[in-house]
Amino acid sequence: MSTYESLSLVPRSEAGQVAKDFKSDQEVRWCPGCGDYAVLAAVQSFLPELGLKRENFVFVSGIGCSSRFPYYLNTYGMHSIHGRAPAIATGLAASRRDLSVWVITGDGDALSIGGNHLIHALRRNVNLRILLFNNRIYGLTKGQYSPTSERGKITKSTPAGSLDNPFNPVSLALGAEATFVARTLDSDRKHLTGVLRAAAAHPGTALVEIYQNCNIFNDGAFDALKNRATAEEALIRLEHGRPVRFGADLGQGVLRDTVTGELTTVTVTADNESALLVHDAHAASPATAFALSRLADPNTLQHTPIGVFRDVQRPVYDAAMGDQLDAAVQRQGEGDLAALLTGADSWTVNTPL
Amino acid sequence: MALTASDAPRREDARQDGRDGEVKTLDRVVIRFAGDSGDGMQLAGDRFSSETASFGNDLSTLPNFPAEIRAPAGTLPGVSSFQLHFADHETLTPGDAPDVLVAMNPAALRANIGDTPRGAELIVDTDEFTDRAVAKAGYGSNPLQDGSLAAFALHEVPLTTLTVGALKEFELPRKEAERSKNMFTLGLLSWMYHRPTAGTEAFLTRKFARTPKVAEANVAAFRAGWNFGETTEDFAVSYQVAPAANRFAPGRYRSISGNTALAYGLVAAARQSGLPLFLGSYPITPASDILHELAKHKNFGIRTFQAEDEIAGVGAALGAAFGGSLGVTTTSGPGVALKSETIGLAVSLELPLVVVDVQRGGPSTGLPTKTEQADLLQAMYGRNGESPVPIVAPATPGECFTAALEAARIALAYRTPVFLLSDGSLANGTEPWRIPDPDQLPDLRPEFAVDPNHTGADGSADFWPYLRDPDTLARPWAVPGTPGLEHRIGGIEKQSGSGAISYDPANHEHMVRTRQARIDGITVPDLELDDPGGDAEVLVLGWGSTYGPITAAVRRVRADGGRIAQAHLRHLNPFPANLGEVLKSYRGVVVPEMNLGQLAHLVRARYLVDARSLTQVTGLPFKAEQLATTLKEAISVDV
Repeated sequence: MSTYESLSLVPRSEAGQVAKDFKSDQEVRWCPGCGDYAVLAAVQSFLPELGLKRENFVFVSGIGCSSRFPYYLNTYGMHSIHGRAPAIATGLAASRRDLSVWVITGDGDALSIGGNHLIHALRRNVNLRILLFNNRIYGLTKGQYSPTSERGKITKSTPAGSLDNPFNPVSLALGAEATFVARTLDSDRKHLTGVLRAAAAHPGTALVEIYQNCNIFNDGAFDALKNRATAEEALIRLEHGRPVRFGADLGQGVLRDTVTGELTTVTVTADNESALLVHDAHAASPATAFALSRLADPNTLQHTPIGVFRDVQRPVYDAAMGDQLDAAVQRQGEGDLAALLTGADSWTVNTPL
Repeated sequence: MALTASDAPRREDARQDGRDGEVKTLDRVVIRFAGDSGDGMQLAGDRFSSETASFGNDLSTLPNFPAEIRAPAGTLPGVSSFQLHFADHETLTPGDAPDVLVAMNPAALRANIGDTPRGAELIVDTDEFTDRAVAKAGYGSNPLQDGSLAAFALHEVPLTTLTVGALKEFELPRKEAERSKNMFTLGLLSWMYHRPTAGTEAFLTRKFARTPKVAEANVAAFRAGWNFGETTEDFAVSYQVAPAANRFAPGRYRSISGNTALAYGLVAAARQSGLPLFLGSYPITPASDILHELAKHKNFGIRTFQAEDEIAGVGAALGAAFGGSLGVTTTSGPGVALKSETIGLAVSLELPLVVVDVQRGGPSTGLPTKTEQADLLQAMYGRNGESPVPIVAPATPGECFTAALEAARIALAYRTPVFLLSDGSLANGTEPWRIPDPDQLPDLRPEFAVDPNHTGADGSADFWPYLRDPDTLARPWAVPGTPGLEHRIGGIEKQSGSGAISYDPANHEHMVRTRQARIDGITVPDLELDDPGGDAEVLVLGWGSTYGPITAAVRRVRADGGRIAQAHLRHLNPFPANLGEVLKSYRGVVVPEMNLGQLAHLVRARYLVDARSLTQVTGLPFKAEQLATTLKEAISVDV
C-alpha cells in the first residue's frame, strides 16, 4: 500500500474492505449498456484499495446522467444542482480535511453550466477528485449537442449541425493550471483504475476526464479509440519518463519541431528515435502537456493521448486555509468573544445613584 | 447617573472648563458632513459618532455615498455625506434635516443645501470655492459671494490652507497634508460641540501605527482644528448636548454599525452552537463589510471563502453545512437572485444555512449604496416550487447581532435555510449598543445523529435521513465521518423517511405539505404591541429599518394628541402567532415600507385585513416629520 499524501488526514479503516461494501441498496437506473456502469464498477473496486473509512468518503455530483452516481455508492453523497458540484464540494473539503471528497460530473454539467466553478476549483487546488464523464452529448435531456460535441453535430436542437467549436476538457484544465489532469476510457478498466490511483494520491484538485459511451444518443463516439483495428493508431498512451510512442509496434512517436516548438507525430526512425519527446508529467510548465492535449483531432479522435498529462505540486487551498487559522490562534490566542464584543472603544453607564 | 468615558484622560475636561466664549445648551443636533468621495467624510463622521457615543448621547447615523469609488472630483455625483443625529434623549432616526452642514467643496454644498433648513449653520472650505470648482458644481456664480446663502449662518473657513499650515513642521508633500483636512474639520466640530477627543487621537495612532508620521500629522490636524475653534472669533458660540441620562440602562456600551453587529452575531452563533463558522461569499455592496469583518477573526476558527461568484458562495456554505459547519452566505438583492437555486436545494436537503441579504435599491443593479426593503417578496417566494424559507429582520443596527443569533437558532433547530433581511441603512448606520454578556446568550447546540434510527426489513439497523422529529419536523443531521449513517441526499424528491428517490404522487404531496408545515410550525416570539392608552383605533405595523422613523413619527403623533398603536415585526416567516389577532383588533392598519407595499400585500393576503400601504422608494430612510404627517392623515381617514 502506497501512502496517499492527499488523504493523510482521512482516518484509515481497520477492517478490510471489498467492492461490495461500497455498493448501496439502490437499483442502478442508467440505460442498459451505458458506459457509466463500467466506471461505477471500477470505482467500487478501487475504493477498498485506499484503505480509508467508508464514512469519510463523500461523493458530490451535479445534474445529468452521470450525476446519479453517488446514489449507487454506500458512502456519504449529495446529488446537487446543475453545474455547482465543484462549489459545494469546495466548501465541504475546505471545512473537513478528514474527508475524501469526490466530484462526479459530465461534459454539460462541468463545461457548460458549471464551467466557471470548474476552472476556479482547478486554480484553487482544493483537495478534490473530479471525475468528468465526457460522452459528448446531453443524455438526460435526450440528445442535444454538448460543449464537447464536434462542430457540425446533428442533434434535435441542431438539425442543421452545431456551429460552435468544442472544448477539449484536458486543454481547458491545463489552461486553468490544474495541478493534476488525466484522461482515460470507460472501457479500459486497467487504465481507468491506474488513473484513479494516481488521482487519489495527488494533493489538491485532480481532474480526470473519462471518455464514456452514451449508447442511446451518441453511440460509438469513441469507437476509434476502442476498436482494435483503429485504436493502435489513434491512441497515444502517456507514461511519465517514457518516450511518447504509439501505433503498430510503437512505430510512431511525438517529436518537437525545433523551429516552431510545436509537437508533431512522426514515424520513428533510427535517426529521430533519440529525439522523441519524453513525457514529463511533473514538468513545472503546463506548456508541453497542453501541446500534447492538442494532438487529438476533435472530429476523428486521431492521436488522442490518454494517461496522466500533468501531476505537479502546488499549495493546497484547504491546507493553507487551515494553516491561516492555526497561525491566527498562535498569534492572537483562541478567540475571546467578550473581548471582541467590547472592542477598543467602550464606556460604562452606571446605575443611577 | 454617572458617566465615564472609559479611555478618556482628563485633558478634554480641562479644555472644556474655563471656556471664554458663550456656551449654549441644546437637546439635540443634526450634523451633516459632506465632501468629495475622497475627502474622508465617512471617517470624520464615524469618529464624531464614536466621540458622541462615548460622551453618553444617544445617536443615530446615516452614511450616504455614491457607488462610484472616486467619481470625478468636485462633481455632484462624487459627493459623499455622513449625517449624525445626537441628543440628550432617545434619537431613533438620523434626523430629517441638518442643523449644521459642513461642505468641503461647492459640489457638496450644492448637493446638500436643498435639505438644509434656513437658519442652519454652514461651514464651508473657502479654499475649494475657486471659479473652476464653482462652475464644475453647476453654479452660475459663486454662492459665497452672490448672497444666495443669506438665510444661513455661514462660516467661511479656509480649511485646506489652515490644515496645510498646521502641518508645516511635518514637511509632507502638499497633497498629503491636504488629506488631513477632514481631521482638522473634525477637530473644529469637536470643539463646537464639546466632544471628548482622546478616543479619536488613540484611534488615529492605532490606524496609522505603521506610519507614525502620518499618525502624528493627523493628530496635529485634529488638535489644530480644535484650537482654531477656540481662538477664532467666527465661532463665538459653542454648544453642549447633555448625555442622554435616562436613555441607557446600566451596562457597558460601544458604538456599532449593523454590519459589524451582524458579523459579531455570527461569531457568537458559532460559539453558542459549538460549530465552526463557514462563510461563503462574493463581494457586493452593501454586504461586503460582513465578509471583511469575519475574515479578521480566524482565531475563532472562522473560515471565510471569497468564491468565484454568488452561486459558489452559497454552494460552498451549503457544502460546509453538510459537513457540520454553521454555513453562512452574505449578499445583497442581485446576489440573492443568483443564489436562489441553491437556496431551493437547501430547502430540499433540509440543511441549516443562514442567508444574509443586506438589501439595497433595485431592480437589477439599482442603487448599490442606498437603502430599500424591496427584497421581502423575493426572500418569501423567489424560488421554484413550493419552497418556504423562514425570514428574520432586525429593526436597528444593534439588533443585527440578535437577528444573526436568531437566524442561526432557527436554521439549526429546524434544519432549514433562513433569510436575514438587513438593509443599507442598518448596515452602515451606527448607534450606541449595550455589549451583551456572552454567558447570557442562548444555547444553540444542535444534536447530530450518531446512531441508526430505523430497522430494515431484514431486521438490521439502518439510517433514514428523512425520519422527522415529531415536534419540530426537523430531520436528523448526520455528518460525514459518522460510521453506519452513510446516506445520499439530493434535490430530487425523496421518499418520506428513507430519503430514497421517489416520484410517487402521494409522497410528493406529503413532502410538500410537510416542508411547509415545518416552517409554519417554527416557534417565534409573539408580536409586542405598543398602545399606551389602549384606545387607539389605528395600528402602524412595520418591519426592518423603518423602526426608527416609525417610532419617532408615532411619538410626534401622540405628542400632538393623536392616538395610534405601533407594532414592529422581527419575524416575517412565519409571522408571530398573535399577529392576526393584533391586526383585527384595530379598525385601521397602516404599513410604512421602503418598497411598493410588500408586507402590506402579505398581511392582506394572509389575514384579510384592509392594510393601507405607505411607501417610499427614494433610497433613503423615511423622515419622521413627513411620516408623522401621513400617519395623522391615516388616523383621520380610518377613524
